[in-house]
Amino acid sequence: MIELTIISGKGGTGKTSVVGSLAALAKNKVLVDCDVDAADLHLILGNNVKKSADFKGGHRASINEELCTGCGICLDYCRFDSIKEVINESTGWVDKFRIDQLSCEGCGVCTQFCPENAIDFDEIVSGQWFLSETKYGPLVHARLGIAQANSGKLVSLLRTKARNLADENRWDLVLIDGPPGIGCPVIASVTGASYVLIVTEPSLSAFHDLKRIMQLMDHFKMPYGLCINMFDINRQITAGIEHFARQNNIEVLGKIPYDVAVTKAQVAGTTIIDYTDNSVSDHIRLLWNNLETELNSYINKQRSKVHENRNTFG
Amino acid sequence: MKISVASGKGGTGKTTIATSLAVVLADENINTTYLDCDVEEPNGHIFLNPEIERNINVDVSIPEVDLEKCTFCGECSQSCQYNAIAVLSNKVMIFPSLCHSCGGCFHICPEKAIKEIPRTIGVINAGIGHNVTFYDGNLNIGEALSPPVTRQLKKIVSESDVIIIDAPPGTSCPVIEAVNNTDYVILVTEPTPFGLNDLKLAVEMVRELKLPFGVVINRCDVGDESVENYCRSCKVEVLLKIPFSRKIAEAYSRGKLPVEINGDYRANIYKLFENIKNEVGYDRIDNNQR
Repeated sequence: MIELTIISGKGGTGKTSVVGSLAALAKNKVLVDCDVDAADLHLILGNNVKKSADFKGGHRASINEELCTGCGICLDYCRFDSIKEVINESTGWVDKFRIDQLSCEGCGVCTQFCPENAIDFDEIVSGQWFLSETKYGPLVHARLGIAQANSGKLVSLLRTKARNLADENRWDLVLIDGPPGIGCPVIASVTGASYVLIVTEPSLSAFHDLKRIMQLMDHFKMPYGLCINMFDINRQITAGIEHFARQNNIEVLGKIPYDVAVTKAQVAGTTIIDYTDNSVSDHIRLLWNNLETELNSYINKQRSKVHENRNTFG
Repeated sequence: MKISVASGKGGTGKTTIATSLAVVLADENINTTYLDCDVEEPNGHIFLNPEIERNINVDVSIPEVDLEKCTFCGECSQSCQYNAIAVLSNKVMIFPSLCHSCGGCFHICPEKAIKEIPRTIGVINAGIGHNVTFYDGNLNIGEALSPPVTRQLKKIVSESDVIIIDAPPGTSCPVIEAVNNTDYVILVTEPTPFGLNDLKLAVEMVRELKLPFGVVINRCDVGDESVENYCRSCKVEVLLKIPFSRKIAEAYSRGKLPVEINGDYRANIYKLFENIKNEVGYDRIDNNQR
């Protein structure tokens, strides 16, 4: 099975529009939206939610005010400034504490050291995940609760669900729309994936962010290629990105021109491929052809590895 | 006064608005500090072009086990919520990138065999650009947890009258860390289905945090009316609408701010600040500076 993850470093370079179009072109696959903070892929694929379930990603501490004696030991242990004073209205003194749920990191240290055992440590629901049916196949997506942590865990859960689904259907492609940035949810979206496509654009900001995300790919030894979106907005920087890619032996697999049709397709709630048959969709088809070649060479490499191992171990 | 600039969706123009605001205020002789809290992908330096004067390492603490004292009882590993420490029969394994530096293992160890040692996860650059006092946080490549970098960045004591905080995209913990304890949040969006969906999430977030906020609609003429309709029906204030301009987009791509090439844009950004100032009830600048 192949897991293809699309990321960008910088947000707003067109990841989701590209993934939507690839979804229209690729056959027999499961789609995953790993941007669990702000999932958008369902908006252009049409989502008919078939199944939804709670995501329990961790614990939160909460002080039972009846048992709290106000000793303040928890205050000494908490490193996240989450223990807040409760002022007794009649006396005006601080005689109890409470926990700020937004800043609580769920480490549980306060619960272990409270002499009165007054701090509960319950597993909390920190989001929902969904299985939807779209016109281009099943989509696994999620919504992390506002201000919740553990986005990486949720991303891993989505990928596992998608792989299982692909296995059940004997499909060999999982197409993953990743989040922006280089941190926790991005790492969870790419680790163990077969191939990564980075969507960038020709601006100094995107180029700067591209270099950082390429370093991240090298750090994890991931195979990857590039797509330059809106390449004609600044041809000089596009040339700079291409030069940089060549220096690093990275393929530019596609270049997509700027076109208002991209926004119009989104407003119409559909993919670029469905919306228009002009040069933008041709460029995306070309990108998909190049990607397929990369993915096939990946499959062949995997096969020859299995073959080698067989030869070695007899 | 602390103003944060955030958005659910990436690439809507947070950094353009934040750095434009900083430059316009500095040009009006208002003492201004800019903090780039998008520590995974900081871009503010491209527009403010600061001369970096100092680098400050961001360290977190991780456990180190003294194997002479360790009895391999496993209490540290049981108490760790992040699976950052594992105890085998004669060995303790530590996974630094999973550690949240809560100090649980250090406190719980009955043999006092654990001490905490510093580990660098990022760096803060400090300098001055366009007369703006500049700081940005940079998470090291391969690190998963960005909030400690933002936390340290926000601890910087600034003498400035206005502090502008450029937040990362999204609505989860790194964003909360950036916008929390600010006096006003500017949410930047664009009038598309993605922009609307992510704006709704961002509005939910700032309402949960009980922070005053308003919306800037960038490239306001490229999509549809749904963002404006939403703002009207949900009583969300639209502070400013900025039309798409290929000239601005091209200038942006070269690291040039729209306020440097367009006088109207500059006037609008200043008006945006005046609006926020009135809403927050901030008058110190009038009394002391101008």
